[in-house]
Amino acid sequence: MRERTSGRTVGGFRNLFLQGPAVTLLLLWMLVPLGMTIWFSFQRYNLMMPSVSGFAGWENYYYLVTDPALWTAMGNTLLLVGSVLAISVIGGTLLAVLFQQEFFGRGIARLLVIAPFFVMPTVSALIWQNMMMHPVYGVFAWLSKLLGLPVIDWFSAMPLISIIIIVAWHWMPFALLILLTAIQSLDDDQVEAARMDGAGPLAIFWFITLPHLKRAISVVIMIEMIFLLTVFAEIFVTTSGGPGLASTNLAYFIYIRALLDFDVGAASAGGVIAIILANIVAIFLVRTVAKNLET
Amino acid sequence: MATLHLNNIVKDFGGTQVIKGVDLEVKDREFVVFVGPSGCGKSTLMRMIAGLESTTSGEIAIDGERVNEVGPADRGLAMVFQSYALYPHMSVEDNMGFSLRLAKVPKAERREKVLAAARILQLEPLLDRKPKALSGGQRQRVAIGRAIVRNPSIFLFDEPLSNLDAALRVQMRIELAQLHEELDATMIYVTHDQIEAMTMADKIVVLQDGVVEQIGSPMELYHHPRNRFVAGFIGSPKMNFLEVEVRGADAEGVEVALPGGDCRVPVAGDGVSAGDVVTLGIRPEHLALDEQGPLTGQIQVIERLGGVTSLYLEHGDSEWILVADGDVAHRVRDHVRFTFDPARAHLFTADGLALAHLERHPLVDIDRKENRASSASGGQR
Amino acid sequence: MNPTTTKKLLLTLLAWGIAVIVFFPIFWMVVTGFKTEVQAIAPPTLIFDPTLAGYNTVIERADYLKFALNSIVIAFGSTLLALLVAIPAAYSMAFLPTKRTRGTLLWMLSTKMLPPVGVLMPIYLLSRDLGLLDTRTGLIIIYMLMNLPIVVWMLYTFFKDVPKDILEAGRMDGARTFQEVVYLLLPLTLPGIASTGLLAVILSWNEAFWSLNLTTSDAAPLTTFIASFSSPEGLFWAKLSAASTLAIAPILIFGWMTQKQMVRGLTFGAVK
Repeated sequence: MRERTSGRTVGGFRNLFLQGPAVTLLLLWMLVPLGMTIWFSFQRYNLMMPSVSGFAGWENYYYLVTDPALWTAMGNTLLLVGSVLAISVIGGTLLAVLFQQEFFGRGIARLLVIAPFFVMPTVSALIWQNMMMHPVYGVFAWLSKLLGLPVIDWFSAMPLISIIIIVAWHWMPFALLILLTAIQSLDDDQVEAARMDGAGPLAIFWFITLPHLKRAISVVIMIEMIFLLTVFAEIFVTTSGGPGLASTNLAYFIYIRALLDFDVGAASAGGVIAIILANIVAIFLVRTVAKNLET
Repeated sequence: MATLHLNNIVKDFGGTQVIKGVDLEVKDREFVVFVGPSGCGKSTLMRMIAGLESTTSGEIAIDGERVNEVGPADRGLAMVFQSYALYPHMSVEDNMGFSLRLAKVPKAERREKVLAAARILQLEPLLDRKPKALSGGQRQRVAIGRAIVRNPSIFLFDEPLSNLDAALRVQMRIELAQLHEELDATMIYVTHDQIEAMTMADKIVVLQDGVVEQIGSPMELYHHPRNRFVAGFIGSPKMNFLEVEVRGADAEGVEVALPGGDCRVPVAGDGVSAGDVVTLGIRPEHLALDEQGPLTGQIQVIERLGGVTSLYLEHGDSEWILVADGDVAHRVRDHVRFTFDPARAHLFTADGLALAHLERHPLVDIDRKENRASSASGGQR
Repeated sequence: MNPTTTKKLLLTLLAWGIAVIVFFPIFWMVVTGFKTEVQAIAPPTLIFDPTLAGYNTVIERADYLKFALNSIVIAFGSTLLALLVAIPAAYSMAFLPTKRTRGTLLWMLSTKMLPPVGVLMPIYLLSRDLGLLDTRTGLIIIYMLMNLPIVVWMLYTFFKDVPKDILEAGRMDGARTFQEVVYLLLPLTLPGIASTGLLAVILSWNEAFWSLNLTTSDAAPLTTFIASFSSPEGLFWAKLSAASTLAIAPILIFGWMTQKQMVRGLTFGAVK
């Protein structure tokens, strides 16, 4: 008797066989490191000091939460995520409307404007650091001089803003890419009906286009959030978190603890905090996606 | 030889029964149509026969052998889907030959069989095309051709004509009937369209809510519906229904009260007695305009089809549809009187069951097959 | 000039203006790659004698090719593995759904919510203990796991668009599960599978957290290589630009080619 009929138990076996590898791998990928992180976070564990070991209780957490650096890093993380989200969603929506219009060379202009999304973070960080924002040889400095304005040393004067600009340059095109696709699925009849009803361009944008984009915007926010919470390469390459802690986010903070100080215990406690933070966000995000799944 | 037996088939979808114990016997070379409103379970029943859905309980047997545990590929059936389900990335020839390719039939033999089927369906010039480049009717033919190539013991058709326009549907209906004759195969056909059922079937199975309401030849369902549902479902326009009171019942029939006087309907009156309320059913084509008729009504809408004219009448809260001659001169708002032949009327008890007619209609017991055998000298193979 | 034409002209200018500004850093990088090191730090200009010196130096330096090869092997290797694991899973979710399917899918997505920093320590130590630190195998495995949820999701979205009837027709024609997948499902969803694969390649290619933390030289992909230019002695802009151009060009072209399909898969069909 073969297992072709999709009876409940037989179908169950088949699903198990087909989904098993993916589910098992992901389960391991999630549980093993998670378990280890939590375990380490309660240990005295420093790779540089192998003699110090044993159960630490809440010690690692205590040192972490009383360390002002953690709170600076948290603040920077939220500022970074919030600003980039705002820039990319608002900018992306406006640009999507603009690039939806009929104009000469639209196809090519669209390709140009989404291009930054495909640039690897280390490359974009280096281009911006050296060729755009360099206080001596950068294009910005040259422009400032041309206009008679004071030259800004971006990475020392406003490190976090510089990082935000770089990251937003990468993610705004992504928002645009998604929103542009979404806007194209807007029914022309709907817009024409609104126009017949006397709606001007602003009213059409507000009452027709924006509601239509709602779902796409929530998807953009969700995906960007996943990646923005762990921005790393841009900071690593340009400011190394400095000056001081001015551009250190949570990811970079943990990296310093882990691979520069070799303090596994403290780094793991930081990791647990990052996981908790991410999961608070995740609850909201997964709900959004679940809603999108309904249809 | 291909017969099919369904024995108390039940299908349970997560706690809801969609098929509630169906028994059916399909004879060799019979054309059986499952008909019913959408959601009645007809497609599910067919998919269970095909093996695409599991059977919760009961037994499905093909040629006397239980096939519940046999997969769809090995039941020896072929199915034509409503959406045609052609493989979009394959040419017509590859579509039709796919089952043979899977069965590892040598290429030359495969081509021969595909060509033979293509010849029957006049698909030869299209063999190299992709489904995208075909019209609806052509796709339909390819889907049928794909079934023919398999040389199945039973053909299954799942609403195959519902995506075609009206003219094409009539044409394909005729072609399918001819194909049945030509292939001399057992066929099961699902539709919600009672005209398709009436025109093609040897045997119609009327389903509602997962229950078989009646099984019979088209004429049997038309003239002797077992209950009010079947009476209303078969025939177009729909049968007229009117609640009436029983005056009395005897061996000659049942006497009911009508607005214009009593009327005796020749049906078996066991179980009804004077004072009971029953439903009188009369088909629109069995009503006739008559100055002296016992029934009256005001015309609300007139539909003139040329050959016949449908009058939509209203009297009090009762509504009637009357199919009259194409030449009636009445206009909207006219009051008319009409009558009917009591022998063609039906009576239904309060629980919806029909009272049996005292005489069976002469056409009911003539089997289409015998008909064919006597007219075509070749007879059956 | 009538008002509509004026409006159209302004619109064109605005859109192109923005497109040029947004694209400018990439353009400037490409241009700088054709300059000499002296020109690269001279005041910005488009008038110069283009030279391939930068590219030549980069390509001739044997280790560039090594990094590029690492990137290719890691990105494609992890993607192939992910597809191999994801195709059966997505098939069963799309065509044999049960009550648990939705939950499983959401759970898979939620593993993406686990921030890499949160598990940096364990992964680093595990890699070290398993001898996977600074190896291609190590990164291939990690990228495969990192992309698996998205790959399953995207494939699921594309598979669900395949009419069930077609697969059932195949089953009636005698196809077993394996044949159904190989002869019907894969050819029918090839564009979707390709764009899923390309997205996974793009994500792996551009990934910088794990590559920076887990590789140093042997298995370092281009992201790590480019990052090494940030050190002071690496301030050779022309060479940096040439190397960067070479590193992003293939991905940029991939991305341009598959953007439409990618959006659909990435947004789980919510955006069409």
